[in-house]
Amino acid sequence: MTQGRPKSIAGYLFVGPAMLYLGVFTVLPMVVAAYLSFHHWHLLKPDHPFVGLDNYRRLLDDPYFVNAIQNTIAFTALSVPVGMAVALAAAVLLNRSIPGIRLFRTVFYIPSVCSQVALSMIWIWVTLPNAGFFNWLIGGLNACLGTSFSTDVNFLTRFPMISVVLLFIWNGLGPRMVIFLAGLQNIPESLYEAARVDGATGWQRFRHITMPLLAPTTFFILVTTTIAALQIFTPIYVMTQGGPNRATDVVVFHIYKEAWHKFHIGQASAMSYVLFSIIMVISLLQFWVMKRRSDSIAEAV
Amino acid sequence: MSAARFIKLVLVYSLLLVGGVLTALPFIWMALTSLQPARTAISSPLQLLNLSRWSFDNYDFILRFPELPIVRMALNSVIVTFAVILFQLTICSLAAYAFARLRFPGRDLLFILVTLTMMVPTVVMIVPLFITVERMGLLDTYAGLILPYPYLNTAFGIFLLRQHFMSIPRSLDEAAELDGCSKLGILWHVILPSSKPALATLAAFGFIWTWTDFYWPLLATSTREMRTLEVGLSMFKESYGATNWPIQMAAAVIVLVPAMAFFLALQRYFVRGVVQSGLKG
Repeated sequence: MTQGRPKSIAGYLFVGPAMLYLGVFTVLPMVVAAYLSFHHWHLLKPDHPFVGLDNYRRLLDDPYFVNAIQNTIAFTALSVPVGMAVALAAAVLLNRSIPGIRLFRTVFYIPSVCSQVALSMIWIWVTLPNAGFFNWLIGGLNACLGTSFSTDVNFLTRFPMISVVLLFIWNGLGPRMVIFLAGLQNIPESLYEAARVDGATGWQRFRHITMPLLAPTTFFILVTTTIAALQIFTPIYVMTQGGPNRATDVVVFHIYKEAWHKFHIGQASAMSYVLFSIIMVISLLQFWVMKRRSDSIAEAV
Repeated sequence: MSAARFIKLVLVYSLLLVGGVLTALPFIWMALTSLQPARTAISSPLQLLNLSRWSFDNYDFILRFPELPIVRMALNSVIVTFAVILFQLTICSLAAYAFARLRFPGRDLLFILVTLTMMVPTVVMIVPLFITVERMGLLDTYAGLILPYPYLNTAFGIFLLRQHFMSIPRSLDEAAELDGCSKLGILWHVILPSSKPALATLAAFGFIWTWTDFYWPLLATSTREMRTLEVGLSMFKESYGATNWPIQMAAAVIVLVPAMAFFLALQRYFVRGVVQSGLKG
């Protein structure tokens, strides 16, 4: 009707600032990065010849980039399942109303709001040989069990990947635990009561009620945790600088060095697009699964 | 209480206690170490608990240390974080209002495009953003630090607020419209006042993402006076006392405590936001 036009102008005016912002600071950089990835672009040299897909082709022959991809996959494969299991265990324990439960929830959440640089510094300190906290734990274990494990283990050089994985789990526990907790609280208590009446054991109730009904939550956490693990950077920068001997040289840290130590920003952009494609496939899978589920719910209703 | 339930309760508390202790001990270890005299070798945990050795000298040292102008760095972090949050809340609520309430051609397509930008990882954008900021001559300035920041969560913010705005009854808008309220007036007087929890949630997320971000301020600043706390702390670690753990841990405590206090004060908004993002997915 007559008011149709001014109304749509209002709509554009309201979304305008955010769209302009996303255009300039998200879409444009994305396009520029693609453009850079097709050029031999050295940050400090004036000429930037177009080389087509050469940067991408060279990645396949670059053993250090392949190593970084392998490290990233290893890091993700270790940290995601363990991190999720720890978060689920914490959520199951916290899913009851007994005194002090909020205190525990707060304690478990705190590392997630902390500076990653500070957490990484603490982590270097606790993984040190002899004086470090981990070695004190081993010492305590020796005293209790009469074993004689070595207490001068430098965890950061002996088990660099596991040390970073443990930091990732500690640092990211909070949000995963809280989302699992919300998922658990959405499961109707009546289902558990019915199962109890039928004589189901605790494990059977967990296996046949909790696990299937928690599947959407689990899937969401799986996707977000995987995407976070694929992009790990700050702890690597502070704790290991990719070492020892490139054992923790993950993709984002590798790109950082390629761009800001070697100034190969064309090559670095190609690498970032490889990571982007992996993340995009995972995200699209998420959209697809979520959509299929909401469609099937719509059909059921 | 039956015996079986009692045993179960004891088991739950024991497991929680073990988990809680494991989570908290590194922090306690940090705090106790920071109270030791600088450059001491820690030979036993009992030494950490020896009250007579405790002192705050390390804190005093750091707060006066010229190489680490920690007050200035904290101020930088505060300025950057709050500017980002304010900017973010403004553009996200305007856009979310339009997506939730106004009709215009292309609205739904635009909204899908916005949500798609959530997929773009930071690492892809960071080189072009650096080049842009450098060409604009904004390296090492507050504008250069702040402007490119909210890409971290603009799309997420719009998504979260739209979800909340849609749950507000339209009759409130219509009543305000009859009173002669403009669109902007409805947003300001009707929608925003009834969305305080959602706005607080977005602010809490903005706080965590900006306050603890490391990569962007590492690139966008070059002088000591423009570093944020996060970058300053890492520089301090590399340049000063690589093995001087008491001093390092004192610096870590100084950086961690304000953020922890902020979290404890606003805990429910942090938790609510996480839960919403998880359930809406």
